[in-house]
Amino acid sequence: MGMGRRLALIFKAKANKVLDKHEDPRETLDYSYEKQLELLTKVRRGVADVATSRKRLEIQMQQLQASGDKLQSQAQQAVQAGRDDLAREALTRRAAVNQQLADLQTQHAQLQAEEEKLTTASQRLQAKVDSFRTRKETIKATYTAAEAQTKIGEAMSGISEEMGDVGLAMQRAEDKTQQMQARAGAVDELIASGALDDASQPLGGKDDIQRELDSMSAGNDVELELAKLKGELPAGQPAQALPSAEQPAPAEEGKK
Amino acid sequence: MIVRILGEGQRRVDDGDLQPLNQLDNDLVAAVDAGDEDKFDTALTALLDKVRQIGVPVPDDEIVPSDLVLPSSDASLAEVRELLGDEGLIPG
Repeated sequence: MGMGRRLALIFKAKANKVLDKHEDPRETLDYSYEKQLELLTKVRRGVADVATSRKRLEIQMQQLQASGDKLQSQAQQAVQAGRDDLAREALTRRAAVNQQLADLQTQHAQLQAEEEKLTTASQRLQAKVDSFRTRKETIKATYTAAEAQTKIGEAMSGISEEMGDVGLAMQRAEDKTQQMQARAGAVDELIASGALDDASQPLGGKDDIQRELDSMSAGNDVELELAKLKGELPAGQPAQALPSAEQPAPAEEGKK
Repeated sequence: MIVRILGEGQRRVDDGDLQPLNQLDNDLVAAVDAGDEDKFDTALTALLDKVRQIGVPVPDDEIVPSDLVLPSSDASLAEVRELLGDEGLIPG
């Protein structure tokens, strides 16, 4: 027997189990309809869960992107300042950040695909549930036991199969979401531990590369200020007026 | 004849078009029995493509049981084995 038929039989067996549960087939219809509504609610919640996870992933991707950009500009600053060691460190970290980012992008694409599938599945289930409700009422209104058995059997097989399919789709989406959440948690920890740079930290938080770059530029600023102050000294005022100065200040020399 | 691709919905296939599907279905069974991942992927893709090509989608509000149920395109060999072996996987 073919694969497709074997799988179809499994679904049919499931539907028959539900049918056998009730003596009056009309009860089966009502019972099944309730289950369908429950499943619809679950699927909608499932879609929302996947969307939440996707958004969390997007935030992390933005954080990592910002980290990467910052490290890139730090590397440029370091090269300009002649600090190859610092630039190398920044570029190494940027490579790690980019690796994480690439992984997250792959996951994001997968999650988006699951979300789309589940959304379509929930729309299809909604249409079938609506249609089932109408059919259920028609069958109940014109009920004769012999006829109902066949009609109900067919409706039940059809809807059970749909529910089984949607159930599987939901399970897949949940698995993907869980894997993703475990991964997202790990990335959050990495970011929090500082191993992945700190672009996500609150303003004012600084990593070691930034501190070093800042202290270098702070040093330069002091030199500039000093040169400026010296340049402002009145031309007529002799340098020897300062008791400790034995030689004219360089700024004064520049004015001659 | 109604064919479901898991995760994609159902399609109606003319009974006259069944021959190629049966052949492709047999290839899939052979791949599953042999436990050959590569052959499985190829056979599944070929079968699903054929169904999509010759089948007309069943309207969303129509409720019919399927004569054939096929795994989703990204299903792995292990997943299909589980599906066949463990009824518990299919909620119902």
